[in-house]
Amino acid sequence: MSYESLNYWDIALAASLLCINAGLSIYYKLGTAKRLVVAAIRMVVQLTLVGLVLKALFAAISPWLTLLAAVMMVGFAGREAMARQDRTFIGFWGYGLGTVSMLMAAGIVTVFALSTQFHADPWYDPRYAIPVLGMILGNTMTGVSLALDRLLSEADSGRAKIEARLALGHTFRDAMQGPLRSAMRAGLIPTVNAMAAAGLVSLPGMMTGQILAGVDPVEAVKYQLLIMFLIAGGTALGVFCSVMMALKRLTDSRQRLRLDRLDLPH
Amino acid sequence: MFIVQQLSRSHLLPINLEVNAGECLSIRGPSGAGKSLLLRAIADLDPSEGSVSLDDTSRDAMQAYEWRRLVTYVPAESGWWANTVGAHFEESDIAAGYLMQFGFPDDTMSWPVDRLSTGERQRLGLLRAIVQGPRVLLLDEPTSALDPEATAKIEGVLHEKLDAGVSVIMVTHDAAQAKRLAHRQFVINDGALVEETP
Repeated sequence: MSYESLNYWDIALAASLLCINAGLSIYYKLGTAKRLVVAAIRMVVQLTLVGLVLKALFAAISPWLTLLAAVMMVGFAGREAMARQDRTFIGFWGYGLGTVSMLMAAGIVTVFALSTQFHADPWYDPRYAIPVLGMILGNTMTGVSLALDRLLSEADSGRAKIEARLALGHTFRDAMQGPLRSAMRAGLIPTVNAMAAAGLVSLPGMMTGQILAGVDPVEAVKYQLLIMFLIAGGTALGVFCSVMMALKRLTDSRQRLRLDRLDLPH
Repeated sequence: MFIVQQLSRSHLLPINLEVNAGECLSIRGPSGAGKSLLLRAIADLDPSEGSVSLDDTSRDAMQAYEWRRLVTYVPAESGWWANTVGAHFEESDIAAGYLMQFGFPDDTMSWPVDRLSTGERQRLGLLRAIVQGPRVLLLDEPTSALDPEATAKIEGVLHEKLDAGVSVIMVTHDAAQAKRLAHRQFVINDGALVEETP
């Protein structure tokens, strides 16, 4: 394998491209210059730390440290998913709903992949576990947050329609048919689009990375296919779990629409 | 016999009511007094305390959707979830029988919902509830968007239902309408329900 190690000057040179962003922001008074600088610094610091953490983690190969890292990743994903929603549940469920469903979905699919396709030894080897979980989690998070956002905002804006059906004696499940379907669709469409455009419009990041690192493109493609299928499965599971749990939380034993359990829009 | 005992919820004091089959009660009161909240609580659309029963069967003894088929709330502004009028009816044959009585032509079922006027929506919203054969109708200002002619048609239908033994609890701002339809008249103020003596 041929592999070009980057030195810090290479990165600094690439960073100078940010001057284009900054120039645009200042010239057109977009007000994003400060946020741009903060975001860039955050990225540098966060990724550098992650690099160091991963290096230590890979050296240790401890099941407990790996688990701890995985739990923290899911925790951050849960917060991010919640921040991307206009309406959330009050209290624990605002955070818990997305987090629990992502934990389940990404956890199941990651363990499935590690124990079957990756032949890692031990199966929890963080060099495999963490990157695979990260990729599945990232996409599951997008799906879950889009689905929940759609479900809760349609439940809220469609209150008259939903309660009209409830008042006529329809079950809550029937009354929520419309929001349920558009939420599922919203959550699943990004995966479908990503699969349809893969290779033609964009070269997926992981595959590109492997090719740059000197891996045979055909081998890199195989890995990318595997990951895309895992992502599709993880997203579907996560979207399904989160939508089902949210539906349950939106109603009660008397099949009412409980919008009082939602927070006001941010 | 429809019995409401100590029914309370936020913004509503405990309420007791007994309504006979074929009896109509009217409720008036300033906006924000809790008229709609009371009807919604009876239909079990919002959480409430107390008990409500129809012919000695408590609403808690049946599924919520079964209850709402028997005791149906019709809001002043009805919600529509499908594209055509007909898609909102489980059995459009039965509905077709009522169309003329409500002042609609035969092809109404194929009309797109977004072309309906406010008044048409209101009449069809009531029709939608009536075709399901509820025992108790909870009507929230059922003719607020209607002209006198359409109002008379709706009142005709309601008289017919009352004669057939359906009970009606109706919120209305129209004193003359209350006089025409209601056997007993109530007023609600700050969440308290009081019977008006004639």
